[in-house]
Amino acid sequence: MFEFCANPENLSEFSWLSCYLTTPKHMNLFYSVGTVLLLLLLTAPTALLFGFGGAVMARSKILLIRLIGNGYISIVRGVPDIAFFLFFVIAIDQFLEWTRHKIFCPEWSEPIRQGNDFVVCTIAKLPLNSSPQWIHEIYGFLLAVFTFAIVFGAFAANVLYGAMRAVPKAQIETAVSFGMTDRQVFRRILVPQMWVFALPGLGNLWMILIKATPLLFLLGVEDIVYWARELGGTKTAKFTSYPHGDWRVWYFLGLLVFYLAFTRVSEAVIDTLMKTLSHGTDTLGGNLQRQVGR
Amino acid sequence: MTCLDIIADYGLRSIGLGERLLPRSDFTLCHQFTLIGSGMIWNIYFGTLALTSGFILATLLALGKASKNFYVRKLSGWFIFIFRGSPLFIQFFFAYFLFLSLKQNFTFLSPLTSAWAGALFVLFCNTAAYSGEIFYGALQAIPKSDLEAADAYGMSGFSRFRRIVWPTMLRLAWPAYTNEAIFLFHATTLVFFSSFPAWQQRGDALYYANYFADKTFNPFIPYPILAGYFIFLTLILIGLFGLANRKLNIHLPKDKHTKIKFRIRLIR
Repeated sequence: MFEFCANPENLSEFSWLSCYLTTPKHMNLFYSVGTVLLLLLLTAPTALLFGFGGAVMARSKILLIRLIGNGYISIVRGVPDIAFFLFFVIAIDQFLEWTRHKIFCPEWSEPIRQGNDFVVCTIAKLPLNSSPQWIHEIYGFLLAVFTFAIVFGAFAANVLYGAMRAVPKAQIETAVSFGMTDRQVFRRILVPQMWVFALPGLGNLWMILIKATPLLFLLGVEDIVYWARELGGTKTAKFTSYPHGDWRVWYFLGLLVFYLAFTRVSEAVIDTLMKTLSHGTDTLGGNLQRQVGR
Repeated sequence: MTCLDIIADYGLRSIGLGERLLPRSDFTLCHQFTLIGSGMIWNIYFGTLALTSGFILATLLALGKASKNFYVRKLSGWFIFIFRGSPLFIQFFFAYFLFLSLKQNFTFLSPLTSAWAGALFVLFCNTAAYSGEIFYGALQAIPKSDLEAADAYGMSGFSRFRRIVWPTMLRLAWPAYTNEAIFLFHATTLVFFSSFPAWQQRGDALYYANYFADKTFNPFIPYPILAGYFIFLTLILIGLFGLANRKLNIHLPKDKHTKIKFRIRLIR
């Protein structure tokens, strides 16, 4: 990256380090920080959407839909989350390939599960064998986003369900006595008022989501954990101009500090947000404000 | 081969007894149930030991964070912050590589590079930090009148702590602590996915579930089995902690008992 890096053997310690940390391989590590941020950016709204759906279903008047909603909320809580991550990635992949297989190759007669293999016709493969590498990477990443969204959607559904129940009954009853239909009550009263109650829970969820991002590594995405292991391992002078011993412990110390700083900053932002929102509740009516101020 | 034979061969496989090789083909449901169940031994081992040892450190941390001494307060606060603010997954990786490099200078530390000691140590610190924060919150919430009553009886120092402060703290913290215990057991599944080697393929339940899913390319059997085992374990935990909760609240009228409510989980 820098011009003085052309000859690494005769550099002083500091400039050696600055050269070492800017090799193209290290750039991959820095890009993967971007991957983590992108995952957070994509997962947070998707999970919120799933959570909203789950919460609405759990409140439904129809028994079957209510059961599905409640099941979605509660199953993720009794089972380790990492089992879900490992499960959904394969399950979604196989579901998509199976669906495409049914559409594209209706004349295929052999079974899809042959012993220990999962066989679909070539054009149903996802991504296609002929696709370039980056499509494979993006597909893997999107699968991960979707998996995260399903699991965190269940947590968000739990928070939003609680928040919907926390909206004062008097507000709903007033709306009904004004002659609003169920749909109007939901859209004009319930949803606008629930966010203040949901914010502490959602803030908590955001912190949990940050701390779950290293699990991307288990889903086969080349994330910061992957690169930290890769770059930290012992390098001999034969393969690189920057030989070093086993530095993985320093790389993971770096990651530890990165996550500590990230959660700390998020905590500060959420606190400020809560304060601002509590001030803003002046306009939402005294009842709500007292609940928040407690 | 009947299912009983399989149980005899693989029932204790995760601790190295029985058949040496894992099944390579013809996976039956019985194979999957037996091996995954066998792996649960490790989850229970990590969970129980970390929870009991962590309980002691957690009490000390909570008292430390509420201490009047500046250094004790800062030290406990930082310990709790570091273990609660970073992902457990990264903590495992960092600890493993740290122990690896320490091993070269201090050979007596070499057990720490294997999962049974190293991962247990990390889980111990981690759960101590999380429960320490819970206990600290409970400590701050002890009614002033309780302490004044203790003073009026002339209690002081350790006897006041043992008879008034500690039981009240536990009583207030118990519902949250129950959840913490459940999440700790769930967190034990991370151990063998974070560099700690599963020596001779002696792994935990998720390790074997993942093994079957990889070999059969069919996630729809091993993972639901794992889920079933964990839901069962969770129910047992809730039952045990509920019993302890009854004991803690035994002097209160029935309707004043704090109910254990299963709340949103905390991934580390």
